[in-house]
Amino acid sequence: MSIFVDETTKVIYQGLTGSQGSYYGRLNREYGTQVVAGTHPKKAGTDVDGVPIYANVAEAVKATGATASCIFIPAAGVRGAVMEAAEGGVKFIVAVTEGVPAHDEAIFYNQLKRDYPDVQLLGPNCPGIISPGKCNIGITAGHIAKPGGPVGIVSRSGTLTYQALYELKQKDIGVTTCVGIGGDPVPGTSFIDCLEAFEADPETKAIMMIGEIGGSAEEEAAEYIKDHVTKPVSSYIAGVTAPPGKKMGHAGAIVSGGKGTAKAKMEALEAAGVRVGNNPTEAGELMAEIVATL
Amino acid sequence: MDLFEYQGKQFFAKYGMPTSPGKIAFTVDEAVQAAEELGTPVMVKAQVHTGGRGKAGGVKFAATIEDVTEHASNILGLDIKGHIVGRVWIEKASDIAEEYYASFTLDRSAKKHLGMLSKEGGVEIETVAEENPDAIAKIWVDPVEGLSEDQCKAWVEAANLPAEAFDGTVDILLKLYEAYTDGDADLVEINPLILTPEGKVHVLDAKVTLDGNSVFRHENYEQYDETQTRDERETAAHSKGLQYVGLDGSVGVIANGAGLAMSTVDVINQVGGKPANFLDIGGGANADVMAGALEVINNDPNVKAIFINIFGGITRGEEVANGILEAMKRVDIESPIVIRLDGTNADEGRAILEPNLSDKLLMETTMLDAATTAVQLAQ
Repeated sequence: MSIFVDETTKVIYQGLTGSQGSYYGRLNREYGTQVVAGTHPKKAGTDVDGVPIYANVAEAVKATGATASCIFIPAAGVRGAVMEAAEGGVKFIVAVTEGVPAHDEAIFYNQLKRDYPDVQLLGPNCPGIISPGKCNIGITAGHIAKPGGPVGIVSRSGTLTYQALYELKQKDIGVTTCVGIGGDPVPGTSFIDCLEAFEADPETKAIMMIGEIGGSAEEEAAEYIKDHVTKPVSSYIAGVTAPPGKKMGHAGAIVSGGKGTAKAKMEALEAAGVRVGNNPTEAGELMAEIVATL
Repeated sequence: MDLFEYQGKQFFAKYGMPTSPGKIAFTVDEAVQAAEELGTPVMVKAQVHTGGRGKAGGVKFAATIEDVTEHASNILGLDIKGHIVGRVWIEKASDIAEEYYASFTLDRSAKKHLGMLSKEGGVEIETVAEENPDAIAKIWVDPVEGLSEDQCKAWVEAANLPAEAFDGTVDILLKLYEAYTDGDADLVEINPLILTPEGKVHVLDAKVTLDGNSVFRHENYEQYDETQTRDERETAAHSKGLQYVGLDGSVGVIANGAGLAMSTVDVINQVGGKPANFLDIGGGANADVMAGALEVINNDPNVKAIFINIFGGITRGEEVANGILEAMKRVDIESPIVIRLDGTNADEGRAILEPNLSDKLLMETTMLDAATTAVQLAQ
């Protein structure tokens, strides 16, 4: 089992005709993802490497039965693309694009909650999601993950996610699903959404959670773990020594007014019974210890 | 992007909020001229991207032109928490009966906009929140629905402002919300929002942070880019489009990905070193980007060793290795470099670097070992 996506998931790529979209669309397809359509308002009827292009998501859904979409549209168009995907009928939307204005994110997050409560948005500014061996949507290098479980991964950071996948693979540990929720202020999918899904997934036996400074998502996740998660969790939080008031690369990674520090997050997680590593390697080693006892 | 107070006031004024007439001055002469045009009494206010200006002596009342000369001379060049004052705002002085506080920002937990209003203004809102939390009236605004006039009135009522301030405050808050959303701000704050003895509600200070991601739909925001507080290194990195934050240590950091870069900074600290910077070169690591990054680091006189930490995902190890070697040919680097290359085709990448290793170019297989070596070299 895996969460959110598997080998049966049919995916539309919004922006498949662009350079990023065509590049990652092809890599995802080579991995085995069912890349069934692309969209472009003026290029309907053409194709990209044999994948048909439709004028919009609604038409692509009608023609292919797709249930997911992946957005490789420039930041200015992401708000429109997310709503087009939801209106078009897909249930899982992955927005990879970086640099989306926070006000746009706040609007489409709430609009989805109100008008399309059964639609799950992942991102924006995220690497995507991979259920190893089954489906890879986004920009993760598929071969660095070992299929099969027992570990589920959820992360706010791209490269640290790859690092985690890679370290587990080196230790011959498989992954059910790895979700990159992204580093923006209003992520569509939260740590808690993923923890809930991993807790319910019988194949996932342990969870690795990678956080970073800024906001209070890790503290909220810690509360959730305390009350609702029975599976063992290991964690790592980046930015222990980040200076206050500075955005560390990600729009959401900022310590402001003494809030959002790595220390507070690590303490909250430890209080919830999570094993917290001081660096990504240590978190991987902790997970290996956990897996050995399963 | 942080705005200076006067830029914030000009921003607010565009949305119809009442602000005082004023002029910006870079020299004492300009300050005097501004005061003469405005007519005394005026306020002389330091323009810096930090709080606590008043306590630091950066805000003064000037009854006469002589006062303006004296205060402007003292304030221009003043160091306020490491920010050197380069400009002062000369503003017509206001009579104050009462001071309030008003702001909007994004509540990341609630995923809604949070408005805060308090009749205890003029002090830091964090202090009010700690000592007298009931004095802050909060409202959560759904970004899709927006702020209605009825909601705004109920909110102002909850703040227990005097009746004479009610209408003026409602009017300003509705405009403040419009400025916040229409202007793509991360934060808009008026502290203090004042009531004058004549019963007028008026904006006396402005703190505005704009979302850098929204620049594509606000052409005029480029002007604010020039007035951001950046040190020399940050300016150089910014001009190359690099995600860079200056720190005060001796180990230069280059990593791909924000998370990995943060983690690299952490690990250097963990092994007893001090990082000179945070630098994220993004997903790839081609020669152009790497050369730009090395140039920025190389120009930092504090740097004694450089740690390049790359995890190859889609970008393969051999591409990364070739990129690093090519970049090293283009930039004459003074400090020794320690590379940790892992991920996709790491072995192939390491094989390319191997023949080029020297006491100026070292390689380690783990992040921790590489950090330790870099820290030793920096000492």
